[in-house]
Amino acid sequence: MAAKEKILETQLLTRRFGSFVAVNEVSFIVHRGDVFGLIGPNGAGKTTTIKMLTTLLPPTSGTATVAGFDVAHHPASVRRSIGYVPQLLSADGSLTGYENMLVFAKLYDIPARERAARIHDSFEFMGLSDVRDKLVRTYSGGMIRRLEIAQAVLHNPPILFLDEPTVGLDPVARQSVWKQIKLLARNGTTIILTTHYMEEAESLCTRIVIMHKGKMVANGSPGELKKSVGGNGSTLDDVFAFYSKDTLESGGGYRETSRVRRTARRLS
Amino acid sequence: MKHQEYAAQPDGSVSPLRRSFSEASIPFMPVGSTLYMVRQFFYKTFVIAELEVRKLRHDPTELLTRALQPALWMLIFGEVFSRIRAIPTGDVGYLDFMAPGILAQSVLFVAIFYGIAIIWERDLGIIHKFLVSPTPRMALVLGKALSAGVRGLSQAVIIYGLSLILGVHINWNPVALLGILLFVFLGSALFSTFSLIIACIVKTRERFMGIGQVMTMPLFFASNAIYPIAIMPAWLKAIAHINPLTYEVDALRGLMLLGGTSVFGIGFDFVVLMAGTILLASIGAALYPKVVA
Repeated sequence: MAAKEKILETQLLTRRFGSFVAVNEVSFIVHRGDVFGLIGPNGAGKTTTIKMLTTLLPPTSGTATVAGFDVAHHPASVRRSIGYVPQLLSADGSLTGYENMLVFAKLYDIPARERAARIHDSFEFMGLSDVRDKLVRTYSGGMIRRLEIAQAVLHNPPILFLDEPTVGLDPVARQSVWKQIKLLARNGTTIILTTHYMEEAESLCTRIVIMHKGKMVANGSPGELKKSVGGNGSTLDDVFAFYSKDTLESGGGYRETSRVRRTARRLS
Repeated sequence: MKHQEYAAQPDGSVSPLRRSFSEASIPFMPVGSTLYMVRQFFYKTFVIAELEVRKLRHDPTELLTRALQPALWMLIFGEVFSRIRAIPTGDVGYLDFMAPGILAQSVLFVAIFYGIAIIWERDLGIIHKFLVSPTPRMALVLGKALSAGVRGLSQAVIIYGLSLILGVHINWNPVALLGILLFVFLGSALFSTFSLIIACIVKTRERFMGIGQVMTMPLFFASNAIYPIAIMPAWLKAIAHINPLTYEVDALRGLMLLGGTSVFGIGFDFVVLMAGTILLASIGAALYPKVVA
């Protein structure tokens, strides 16, 4: 079903912080229409990879091409081609949902005459029309996430990046976010997400890359990956455990853990 | 009606987002002349500042609590020192002398803690999203500077009110008031950008709080805000002359008071503050993206 048109490609993408290699010579291709999952334990280099692909962090070496533009040489063009929902909660709680959207409509040069209709449509699409004029700090976690996704696709980007889209959400909110992601995918948006929830990868992803200590250790469709670790009856949990067995417990430092907990607290 | 039509398809078999607008792979890529780009740049700067105005409109209580500190300075410090006449201020009364100094102080205090907001927004991921948008870095930084100016302006209103009550001889000439407006914005821009640079370097709230405290006091006391430079020892005079707050105070004093005089000349003050702001904003625009690294 996915047309085999390349929309994103990395070649030996590497990022060092001092002597620490956060992302180590990672190469993969994403095709238009994929829901592409970057999977791995905390500290595997997923977020660093996303930061490089979204121009937040320059690569130390290697290249990445996003929507046909090199991230290092044409960051402005890359920025126009992507939407991005950071792992942390990034909607501004002291503004209304509408104001959050309005600001981004302006920053993305959506013409004034189209703004109102577009924002209206986005709120309808995300099921947030009733609360558009309420302060975002009164929203539930799932509503904030949906608002952020709406904000990120307001300019209709061909590629949407989601960094841990459902971290800290309760099961109902998680379902509502998954539903919106699936709708966007069905309508042709290429989606790149990171997660360490296997059921999330199972439910959403058409292709998966597993990262482990900065390296890419597996690349394929969920079916292919399951087959690679033993075939019948294997689950993505088995795949995950197989490729990252020695770090399941050791992953994620104090900083990362406290960050995830803080996000979770804000969501509850 | 078209919006109704979308709502009738809750399963989203055709996305309203996709259907209502033409299929362009890169929507709204602005192309155009340099003039257009410059206009866009200022537009984006104002969008960032607009955010601040909207926030303040939702919750203006902060502005009132901010009024407390200058009120205490003028009421207690000002009243006492104008009585004992310990500080030689020429033919200007002490309260008159200090009022512009307290305005400059308020601008400084509001602006210098802007860095903490930057760190806060970084921790929340707000900055990430702005940096991923196609907004020039300089527009993000200047937008923040302008936001600080909006807050600084609210301080100016409060201090003018206090001054009026305490009988400070205010120059109500509209040109002078416009000048005050300009210098409040300029001072806020300079100090908030300075603060932004510090925030980009230290990166954590705890460290910033420590440094913020350490910086504001010397900036304030090594200036002409509450006593003239003339009474300072030579080494302090030297510091006061490289302290941008001195030029902010000097201009405000020249503009705010009836018969007020500026020591360095308002034009010179403007050039110093403007040059400082441009320099700091350039450094800030280079450092700002690193705050999320």
